[in-house]
Amino acid sequence: MLRADTIDLTLSGRSVLCGVSVACAPGKVTVILGPNGAGKSSLLACLSGGRAVNAGVVSLDGKPLTAITGKDRARRIGLLPQSGDVHWDIEARDLVALGRFAHQGRGGLSATDNAAIDAAMHATDTAQFATRNVLRLSGGERARVLLARVLAGEPVWLLTDEPLANLDPGHQIDMLDVLSAQAKRGTGVIAVLHDLTQAARIADHIILMRRGAIFASGTPAQVLTRETLGEVYGVACVVETGADGVIMVRVTGRT
Amino acid sequence: MKFRILLITLLIAAFLLSLISGKVWIAPALWLSDSAEGWIMAELRLPRAILGALIGGALGLSGAVLQGYLRNPLADPTVVGVSASAALGGVIAISFGATALPFGLFGCAMAGAASSMALLALMANRAGGTLGFILGGVVLSTLAGSLTALIISIAPNPFASSEIISWLMGALTDRGSDDVIHALPFIVIGGALLISTGRALDTLTLGEAVAQSMGVDLRSLQWRIVAGVGLCVGASVAVSGVVGFVGLIVPHVIRSFVGEQPSKILIPSAIGGAILTLVADSLVRLTPGAGEVRLGIAMTALGAPFFLAILMKQRGKVA
Repeated sequence: MLRADTIDLTLSGRSVLCGVSVACAPGKVTVILGPNGAGKSSLLACLSGGRAVNAGVVSLDGKPLTAITGKDRARRIGLLPQSGDVHWDIEARDLVALGRFAHQGRGGLSATDNAAIDAAMHATDTAQFATRNVLRLSGGERARVLLARVLAGEPVWLLTDEPLANLDPGHQIDMLDVLSAQAKRGTGVIAVLHDLTQAARIADHIILMRRGAIFASGTPAQVLTRETLGEVYGVACVVETGADGVIMVRVTGRT
Repeated sequence: MKFRILLITLLIAAFLLSLISGKVWIAPALWLSDSAEGWIMAELRLPRAILGALIGGALGLSGAVLQGYLRNPLADPTVVGVSASAALGGVIAISFGATALPFGLFGCAMAGAASSMALLALMANRAGGTLGFILGGVVLSTLAGSLTALIISIAPNPFASSEIISWLMGALTDRGSDDVIHALPFIVIGGALLISTGRALDTLTLGEAVAQSMGVDLRSLQWRIVAGVGLCVGASVAVSGVVGFVGLIVPHVIRSFVGEQPSKILIPSAIGGAILTLVADSLVRLTPGAGEVRLGIAMTALGAPFFLAILMKQRGKVA
């Protein structure tokens, strides 16, 4: 379990998270939703160990994250941030190989490392770009290569912040499929999303945040209701259940 | 692999070029002989060639590491203030007569480099991250530059200020084996620290947040870089004055051969820096007349057009 227990986070004197508790299960997709500025990314940063909390505790399998070394944590928690910044124009496979950093010993990539890199590139359908330079790939291709980088580290937990940003509908579906496939293999997936319908499609559990606190938490059917969404986002919407049982949210206007 | 063999071949050729360059021609048969020519070889040219390779390597490596760390292809040791601070230390030594002491000039220049690097690390930790690092470096560089100008302007006599200005311009003239012995340990330790950062620099390709999530200890990385650059550049400036451009240009040239991955350019940049410095230092000795063009000036005169040409070519590629 990856848990946060009544955590507070204050950034530059402003309270960003206040008394937030979440418990994420392995093999499940947990989606964090909420309006801009609700603290979604901050919560993800705390869960990934990227930010130290001011109160409360984040723990991984019962052990506080602060008691786990950086490398050990990195082997278990993979983070795919929102900004897909790549500062040097390196080859795609070299970029994916960076995902082995926490596993690698001295002296280059081992056979195990190479196998993990190949598996990650296969899972994201990026093997054909292996020797292409990443800055010359399209946005969708690059997003997949960056995802492959995280998967190459074979994390037990995969945390991702708005993985669908800047992707066309086809690439969005591909991305969600890879995340679900990872969860089916036992990885705990935690994703910050904006698209309510996409969230309903992929989530086992939804955490809906407002103003640094958790407003609602539960299955998509429990959380994605007209009343709740109206109160949190200030929008009027129609919530329908499609023929495949997936909830669809159509926002019709401001309340 | 082929490229590494080429680099090493060029390094050997540049080293030999440095050995044969000078106002007098010395036949290879006399190199090891017990004669005036043998003495020139052993006491002047060999130390000079070794120093050229050492400081060139130190500057090339420092530039490659700083560019990787700051993810900025314009970074080099002069930008982060270490060159100017080491130079300030050297200038203080010259103007207050500390050069008469053993290690006087060398120690003052190293102290200048060390104090600026310590300040820089403190500032970067307060401001956080690489932006604080580069801003702090620019401030330190400017501050050290104006203090140097102040000392020159209050120099007791024209000879002192002329000596200072001449030293500042950078040269390997009349350096001996003592200088090699002073600089070598610092450059070796600093170089080892810098080379150890390679894989961590690679992860910074994806930004600081990702590098941290991948288990990179950013604070330890910054200390290794600060200490490594301080030792390498401090020792280089202490023996040769300020030789610019090596740290800036060499990593760019290397990238066009081996790609942009930071760890892959570190050792080639060190070798490339050594080649460039040896060749430039040979050229300054081949200029006609009694004197020599100062190495720092020659390097800039050669380097600036070369660098512009690379930039033009790269822009052509992107557009």
